[in-house]
Amino acid sequence: MIVCRRSISTLLALIVASALALRAAPQSEPAPSGAVPAQTSQQPAQQAMQQIAAPRNALAVVVLDPAHGGADQGARGSSGIVESDVVLSFARLLRISLEAQGLRVILTRQANEGPSFDDRSKIANAQRGVIFITLHVSSTGPAGTVRVYSLPQPAAPAVTPASNPAHPGLVLWDHAQQGFLDLSRKLAELVQIQMAQRFRSSPETPLAAAVRQLRTVAAPAVAIEVSSVSLPDRAPLDQMAPVLADGVARAVAAFRLVYEAGVK
Amino acid sequence: MSRALKTTIVILAVLVVFGLITLPSLRRAIQRISGSSRPEEQARREVMQIPISTPTDVKVTAQMYWLSAASPASLEATPIELPLSADPVERSKQLLLALIDNAPAPERRTLPPDTTLLAFYIQPDGTAIADFSDALQQETPSGILSEQMAVDSIAQTLGANVNAIRQLKILIHGQEAETLAGHLDLSGLFPVPSAAQAATPVSQAPTTPTTTGAGQTKPAGPAPAPPTPAKKAPN
Repeated sequence: MIVCRRSISTLLALIVASALALRAAPQSEPAPSGAVPAQTSQQPAQQAMQQIAAPRNALAVVVLDPAHGGADQGARGSSGIVESDVVLSFARLLRISLEAQGLRVILTRQANEGPSFDDRSKIANAQRGVIFITLHVSSTGPAGTVRVYSLPQPAAPAVTPASNPAHPGLVLWDHAQQGFLDLSRKLAELVQIQMAQRFRSSPETPLAAAVRQLRTVAAPAVAIEVSSVSLPDRAPLDQMAPVLADGVARAVAAFRLVYEAGVK
Repeated sequence: MSRALKTTIVILAVLVVFGLITLPSLRRAIQRISGSSRPEEQARREVMQIPISTPTDVKVTAQMYWLSAASPASLEATPIELPLSADPVERSKQLLLALIDNAPAPERRTLPPDTTLLAFYIQPDGTAIADFSDALQQETPSGILSEQMAVDSIAQTLGANVNAIRQLKILIHGQEAETLAGHLDLSGLFPVPSAAQAATPVSQAPTTPTTTGAGQTKPAGPAPAPPTPAKKAPN
């Protein structure tokens, strides 16, 4: 009887320990081949190198970034349309479309908070099998069009994990996106195709621009910008939201195949 | 009607008449106060933005990149006649002043009219450093598109008309800024297209400007110019 009780106790202890180990594993497991951004002196609070997950698993997480927020309203139209409000409603709709595909969706802000660029990047960089989409509404551009951006290829060779012999597998925080430029470009292409099909006069190919938010994301990352806050009222933008959400969700589904084929 | 009520009505009527009389002057005073909110910026602009003239100035047809009239999401090369210096630094300043001041129409502007060029340098490796006033950051319409148009218009105008420049760094009031107006990253260097489409003498004016898709531009007419040695020059 005593032996039986001891066995049960040992078994329970093992189960609890296993559960704790499983919960801790994603945080502590090293990334064998991934980028590991180290933050520069520009982020004093982020001096320490941070280990970032590599895109080697199935695509499981989408980080949606409704840009701006808090004191930073972003673009503001003369009719009172505020970019930070519109992108939050876009993100909420897009979240539903992506979750329907079985993806986990994380928003970088839930309401009118104003996290920094790096705080938003950190949310994505702490995940495995993740892509990052930042949502914007412009001040200008033909109304009802959508443009998709990824970072341009650098003119000069960048610091990459391979070119940093002192710390193999590490990359500067400010260069976190460098290892993902091709995948980001592919994601941008797929999203832009969907946008061009749905929103007349939108470009058919994505654009390259030095969007600040994308620079510190260690994952495939794109910016989507809708035109514009200069509309006389918000109704046309609200009407675009479900169409945009459907298009982006389809593009992410297509990208999932590319991503998972590339990381096997 | 009681006497007190009559008195109240009379007082109210007098107050309304007084308010109507003083309203226009009150409005003027408010406009005057709001108009003087940027006196330092305006004074600086008046001092700094005096047209630059050098002994080597020659009137040429320069290719200026403003927003396309037909497609506002792209730039369009527009030839204008400008007296430009042979010195690449002075030439660049002349071009940037024209880019700010000489837009053919307000809707074709890429840079806010209050923007002042505070300093301009070209390093020996072809890196141009353009230091603009706060107005560039504060008054450029917020958005990836509008901010990229602003930077592209500077880079492409310099690239088309000055041979010494390979890349561009933008400072705001002498400091490195994180973004132009909330989106475009100013921490790095922007590539400047080669000067294959450099300014040509008036007699060799290029062909009609051409425009490509959103966020892209194509300068008008081929007119290569010989490369000019890079020069570092304090402002």
